[in-house]
Amino acid sequence: MSEMKKVQAVIIGGGSAGLSAAVTLKRCGIEDVLVLEKDEEPGGILEQCIHNGFGLQTFKEQLSGPAYAERYIRMAEEENVKILLNTTVTKLTADRVIEYRNAEEGIVQVQADAVILAVGCYERPRGGINITGSRPAGIYTAGQAQRYLNIDGYMAGKRVFILGSGDIGLIMARRMTLEGAKVIGVAELMPYSNGLPRNMKQCLEDFGIPLYLSHTVTEVFGKDRLERIEMAAVDANRNPIPGSEQYFDVDTLLLSVGLIPENSLADAAGIRMDPATKGPIVDDRYMTSAEGIFACGNGLHVHDLVDYVSLQAARAAEGAADYLKNGRCGGELRSIVNGDQVSYCVPARFSPDAPVEKLTVYFRVRTPLESGTLTVRAGDKIIRQVKKRKLLPSVMEEAVLLGKDLAGLTEDITVEITEVQQ
Amino acid sequence: MPKYDVVIIGAGITGAMLSWKLSQYQLRTAIIEKENDVAEGATMANSAVIHVGYDPEEGTLKGELNVKGALQYPSICEKLHCAFRQTGAWIAACGAEEEAHLDLLAARADKRNIPYRWRSREEALAEEPNLSDQVTRVLDFYTTGVIYPWEVAEACIESAIGNGTELYLNAPCQHIERIGGGWRIDTPAGSFETAYVINAAGVHAEDIHAMVAESKWHSTPRKGEYYVLDDDTQPVKHIIFPVPSKEKGKGVLAIPTVHCDTLIGPNSDYLEDPDDVGTTDDGLAYVRNNIAKTLKNIPLNRSIRTFAGNRPTTTSPDFIIEEVEGAPHFIDAASIESPGIASSPAIADYIIEILSRSMKLERNENADMSRKKPPIIAEMTPEERQAQIAADPAFAKIICRCNQISEGEIVACIRKPCGARSVKGIRKRLGPGMGRCQGGFCEPKVVQILARELGISPLEVLYDGTGSNILQSENRI
Repeated sequence: MSEMKKVQAVIIGGGSAGLSAAVTLKRCGIEDVLVLEKDEEPGGILEQCIHNGFGLQTFKEQLSGPAYAERYIRMAEEENVKILLNTTVTKLTADRVIEYRNAEEGIVQVQADAVILAVGCYERPRGGINITGSRPAGIYTAGQAQRYLNIDGYMAGKRVFILGSGDIGLIMARRMTLEGAKVIGVAELMPYSNGLPRNMKQCLEDFGIPLYLSHTVTEVFGKDRLERIEMAAVDANRNPIPGSEQYFDVDTLLLSVGLIPENSLADAAGIRMDPATKGPIVDDRYMTSAEGIFACGNGLHVHDLVDYVSLQAARAAEGAADYLKNGRCGGELRSIVNGDQVSYCVPARFSPDAPVEKLTVYFRVRTPLESGTLTVRAGDKIIRQVKKRKLLPSVMEEAVLLGKDLAGLTEDITVEITEVQQ
Repeated sequence: MPKYDVVIIGAGITGAMLSWKLSQYQLRTAIIEKENDVAEGATMANSAVIHVGYDPEEGTLKGELNVKGALQYPSICEKLHCAFRQTGAWIAACGAEEEAHLDLLAARADKRNIPYRWRSREEALAEEPNLSDQVTRVLDFYTTGVIYPWEVAEACIESAIGNGTELYLNAPCQHIERIGGGWRIDTPAGSFETAYVINAAGVHAEDIHAMVAESKWHSTPRKGEYYVLDDDTQPVKHIIFPVPSKEKGKGVLAIPTVHCDTLIGPNSDYLEDPDDVGTTDDGLAYVRNNIAKTLKNIPLNRSIRTFAGNRPTTTSPDFIIEEVEGAPHFIDAASIESPGIASSPAIADYIIEILSRSMKLERNENADMSRKKPPIIAEMTPEERQAQIAADPAFAKIICRCNQISEGEIVACIRKPCGARSVKGIRKRLGPGMGRCQGGFCEPKVVQILARELGISPLEVLYDGTGSNILQSENRI
């Protein structure tokens, strides 16, 4: 093999996270930035999200997915970011050797001083849930049907049922209805919706599409093409209740049952993962357990809004730029622990010796709460306490901590929510 | 004179192995298959184990052909560039009664020259820490292996096609008639006149038989359901069997596959509809409950898929491989249930021996019994990889990111003899969509490649069989 190319910063993934990270790195003065993107175009999954509602936080206006992506693509062009398209990363090592492939160069190895993982997520497939029955055509993940419709120009089916109230499923309920399909209903295993409240309203209620909470699809029928599904109510342990079965004649079943960070590269590099987020564990500078490898976007944890992806990716890029200029800072790391009612925290580590000036910890609650008190404590010492209203597992929450409060702490901090009775 | 010397009905492992072995002779052979791809029935969904032959009763055709067939597999797989993984099969006894049964199996193995060794509970646990607390002793048939049965069937047919065998897909046999010097078989893909017919129609063998004679046996297909566990779990290194019983057959097994994932199953349920391959709550519950007899800590929550397969069982306890009474030169290869895959090379030999009694078999000196190795990037050395990519850059364009499969590999598997014609056809040949995203990302790209290569609209691209179109209409824009 010829001599290995050297690059200052390699960003794996040219979607919303990767583009934001690239632009930020450049603005922080890092010159040699290379983005590796597997698709034909930068922008990632945004390119198939043709609905409105992106950019309210970042640009203070409503944009479609492609329009939002376009803004970042233009910024990347202005900053002269080098993006290799149709390029798939096939290997990553903990000491930041990257192997990628494309038609122009074949198989190439690169040594990077810093790597930012911006790899995105994938949809939980049918195999990941328990649906018995045949294996006909007509069962898609919601994002797959979205791609067929919005990129390739084809409708997957005419009579549609949706399992899972994830946002892509809700968006597709509206999109397929507008395209002339009949969406029969949406079943959600949990007693509450997993989608954003605005999508519940605009995509289901406005079109009179019924939502069946505490229900699931238990069996599918049809030899070549899907013909029928069986839906059942579930008990408190989420087990189907015998006798509650209902049948719907449909030719299409969309699965919107969760997004999972894509972590095969990080896994193979031996990077420590958080079982709750299924993404890498990062510190307050978004560095993973492998020195010089950072993570952001939906590959780190699944976000509800692209605006937060861009924002967090910029934080990760600042962390990477800092690392490239000054090397690793701080000493031993402390943990940010999930307390009562909190299912995960990102970042989950911080550096008491050299804390960042302002640390935003993103977290989700386990169950919906009308009202709760957020408390961040280090042992008995309360660092931050604030009231929160309408807490939902589908909505990412944040706790903003000040570096001065974290400096010199000798123990882990805990993020917890206490329910406030009305 | 009929056009064909032999027409084989059914492109499962029995028909495939026979067509391959027949292709070394100067014969005109056709395989007719009702589905739009080869090996879509019992060969597609089973335990994938090359049983060594200790299980069938003494004096049966099954016993004889199982032992002879299994011995041929390592060299067949080498010739055809198919995977053969010698995992070994452990029969795990729980208690004195079952240990006594192991002695019977060992005695039978002695008679058939099948090698084995004994392992105490402690020895066994050292290698297989997930054995259950009840397991007391293990009989290890260490020459047992696993294959990817679909791959072997397809490779056999690909090689046979190279030697002049004809394959007709979408050709369900509708009518068979006796004509001068043989038989005429009518299908929607045309009529086939042939001197000999081999009925290798799997679960549908009785239907075919009934077209020429009344049947003395009856089809009683049984369904087996399985879990597939993710390849990073690997709870066992060997195939783990419970002690077999007359009532329950081979029982629920754990099988490390050639793809390094793990199968857990099967149950065994009689079926009304031989084409019903749906999984059921009861079937999977049976598998969950019964695997606990021999193994613990099996991570069924890491299942990436479940599937069911149907076995062509009949009222006959033994294989039925014979010329049908009153139907000269019409040969049944029926009731080929387990260990049918392991036996199939010897079943082919046995049928060829029947044919040779009334037919002159002359070797074709030009026959090539190997198969061109498909270009698989993951199996190449770095130098081979660079050369392949330099020759065709499409081999650097990755379509399936879970399994790192390139566009070049997908195109090659569509263009080759017996090439893929559907999304599932590509999946079976290469594995895109078998990884963790199960096709979420790559399926739309695979649909485009299929449409382009086959010169059809994406609307015509099939997921699997006829009528399984993935896309229904163009959008309104």
